[in-house]
Amino acid sequence: MVHRFDTLVIGSGLAGLSAAIEASLQGTVAVIAKLYPTRCHSSAAQGGIAAALGNEEPDSIEWHVYDTVKGGDYLTDQDAAGTLCEDAIKTVIRLEHLGVPFSRTPQGKIAQRRFGGHTRDFGAAPVRRACYSADRTGLAMVNTLYEQCEKQPVMFFPEYHVLDLVIEDGRCLGAVALELKTGEICAFEAGATIIATGGYGRVFKTTSNAMASTGDLLGILYSKGMPLEDMEFFQFHPTGLLGLGILVTEGARGEGGVLVNGNGETFMQRYAPRIKDLAPRDMVSRAIITEIKEGRGIGGNDYVYLDLRNVPKKTLETRLPEIMTFSNIYMGVDPSEKPIPVAPTAHYAMGGIPTDRDGRVLITESGAVVDGLFAAGECACVSVHGANRLGCNSLLDTVVFGRRAGMKAAEQKDKSGPGMPPGAMERAREAVSALLNNKGGVRAGAVKKELQELMMDKCSVFRADAGLKAAAEEIETIRQKAGNISIDDKGKQFNTELLEAIEAIHLVNLGEAIVHSALQRTESRGAHCRQDYPERDDENWLKHTFIRKKDGEIRFSFKPVCITKFKPEKRQY
Amino acid sequence: MDKIFRIKRFDPEKDNAARWEDFPVELGPHERLLDGLVRTKEFTDGSLTFRRSCAHGMCGSCAMKINGRSRLACQTLAGDMPELVVFEPLPAFPVIKDLVVDMEPFFEKIKSVMPYLVNDEPLPSRERPQSPEEMEKILDSIRCILCACCTSSCPVYWGDKQYLGPAALVKAARFVLDSRDRGGKARLDLVSGAHGAARCHSIYNCVEACPRDIDVTRHIAILKRQTLKRGLRGAR
Ligand SMILES: Cc1cc2nc3c(=O)[nH]c(=O)nc-3n(C[C@H](O)[C@H](O)[C@H](O)COP(=O)(O)OP(=O)(O)OC[C@H]3O[C@@H](n4cnc5c(N)ncnc54)[C@H](O)[C@@H]3O)c2cc1C
Ligand code: FES
Repeated sequence: MVHRFDTLVIGSGLAGLSAAIEASLQGTVAVIAKLYPTRCHSSAAQGGIAAALGNEEPDSIEWHVYDTVKGGDYLTDQDAAGTLCEDAIKTVIRLEHLGVPFSRTPQGKIAQRRFGGHTRDFGAAPVRRACYSADRTGLAMVNTLYEQCEKQPVMFFPEYHVLDLVIEDGRCLGAVALELKTGEICAFEAGATIIATGGYGRVFKTTSNAMASTGDLLGILYSKGMPLEDMEFFQFHPTGLLGLGILVTEGARGEGGVLVNGNGETFMQRYAPRIKDLAPRDMVSRAIITEIKEGRGIGGNDYVYLDLRNVPKKTLETRLPEIMTFSNIYMGVDPSEKPIPVAPTAHYAMGGIPTDRDGRVLITESGAVVDGLFAAGECACVSVHGANRLGCNSLLDTVVFGRRAGMKAAEQKDKSGPGMPPGAMERAREAVSALLNNKGGVRAGAVKKELQELMMDKCSVFRADAGLKAAAEEIETIRQKAGNISIDDKGKQFNTELLEAIEAIHLVNLGEAIVHSALQRTESRGAHCRQDYPERDDENWLKHTFIRKKDGEIRFSFKPVCITKFKPEKRQY
Repeated sequence: MDKIFRIKRFDPEKDNAARWEDFPVELGPHERLLDGLVRTKEFTDGSLTFRRSCAHGMCGSCAMKINGRSRLACQTLAGDMPELVVFEPLPAFPVIKDLVVDMEPFFEKIKSVMPYLVNDEPLPSRERPQSPEEMEKILDSIRCILCACCTSSCPVYWGDKQYLGPAALVKAARFVLDSRDRGGKARLDLVSGAHGAARCHSIYNCVEACPRDIDVTRHIAILKRQTLKRGLRGAR
């Protein structure tokens, strides 16, 4: 079966839905996703979306840009950050117009709260910039955008899993996907294809990310020898529920919660004297691990407390109801009575598919693009988040750059390509049948487990040469095992085991890209912290990493950072 | 904690009818039943099939019948369950494979109630005002994750597959109650037929089943009242 659309969107998260709405104004659009549309992980976003609306106190776009750049430890491309923050205001207003049910101020405006790293007057004090719908902002936004898509001529193909992109002579012609229900392989031809497949936190053992966050399309591009950008930068969120990694939003600290160590002391004032518990995530995660390493975890264990007992109960109930429920269900803790045990959890990929500000996928660091191929959302690297993303800037990124990609992509609609080359579907069929017939005897679950534990152990909040080198070697071994994955389920219909095996293979490739990128960057910047190179080194490393693998060999190249207004300075809070 | 997972299985390519299979599963008391299913699939029988994604009750993927009740496997802890845990696919929907059911009939109902904000008034340059009190009216319904626990446990739906069902009615109520929405009449017409809100007998299974604690019946009651009012006015 071959489908044909002007624009093909892969992924139904906020980036994909935003792109689809925009593209549907100019032509036919298909959205394919491996889950039902609203089951995307954007639905789990809690805290909010950033925009300098100034509804609760004075704010400015310039402060927002500054915070984004400084939060990213100056690796942020400042032209892109400018676009992000300028578009933020009209983006949030438009979301409201489409129906997003934001929480409101007594005057009926969109309510705003504090969030990590968002400040007034260039770092003077925290500012209320996060627009929210209690602590389920993602769910509110996904539902609204999906509903609006239903109004537009957008065709959804739920539970279609993309296996391959078809790129010939520098031009993307569409994608090949497997329909879960039937097991049939089909092709989607399109004038433009937009990748919006989200994050890949499942590379790590403890993560806030969904089981479907496996970075499949990055894996596909990487295995085609195309570059990925800034893969060494992976953000650990300071407050994951102990052992589970389920997120407790930074909004909890925005509403007044504090972190407490085993001695019963707050400790963030020692690491970020001015904004303390509302410092950016990379700093807070390092602070927590440092407390733990120096013996000040709770009872000497690997966690600290997030204490919300000083937050009024009414605030907890109205602004953090989901957090209350999660703590109750999963930890047996009522946050109004007891502190919540937390530890850092793998949360957000700053790195990804390199794009320009219109979402065009770059194939070289000097700006050459793949014709007809776009990327937006967490899978992309524009780069607005640099070395460390600020809270609430990702939802913003998905909508702002999703829309821009949708707009540009739709312009390509008349450039109908030469159509699918005859071999495209056949190649995917062969790959699937090779996997189904592999008698190597290795379980995909075992491959994943080994990788996730390795990444957590040697490539998470703190990193060093020896560990990374060992990790690089071990990944090679894991890769070989991954070549021997066998599958119990030989059936066609709803063969999720097959798809999980394919996901595991992508994860191994992304683990490799992360470890090697981390190994070569001999400095500490944002979320990438090298214990053997503790300082930021602007002289040598104020540049983006492009990693690619050609003929089995990993190669690096670099792209300069776009610096306009804010010259790099020491990052203190 | 040793459990027996008794799972109702069906492989459309192999089985003529559903069959039961037992798996011994070791789970900590704080682990989710979903953790047990995932481990069983990854390390014992890869063909065991179910949906899952977020693993913490936000995406609505993992709804299934567990010990007789529609619920989320990722929101049910091992410690709260007896030794024998019985898993079946959600009732009232066609089974595709093992614990996976065809959700199309469910989403078709949702789509049929104009599930989007309707307002063609000129757009202000800023947000449309809405007071916290007005917002509070939709606070309950916007929490729905479309997991289908409610609709699948509704006896009226079991008997009448054309009935819109609790989830679609909550979705309709979400917009009927939104101070910014102007779709009122048209949407009320859609939920007022023989298979609409009036069909609800207030059995409350849906309220009990909802993993999000939404007061489903209250929303349906609001629709009943409003459609009734409209009906009376129309008759006058
Ligand atoms: C728990 C949590 C809370 C967060 N809270 C906030 C917050 O408060 N504010 C903020 O700004 N950011 C937050 N973030 C980050 C933010 O939510 C994400 O970065 C963002 O939602 C990603 O959106 P996306 O559209 O890029 O991808 P996703 O929403 O992850 O969607 C990915 C889509 O791709 C599809 N897909 C993937 N692979 C394939 C394939 N092979 N074939 C077909 N389809 C595929 C999936 O089905 C899905 O539809 C949070 C993240 C987490 C994990
Ligand atoms: S896996 Fe998302 S609700 Fe259970």
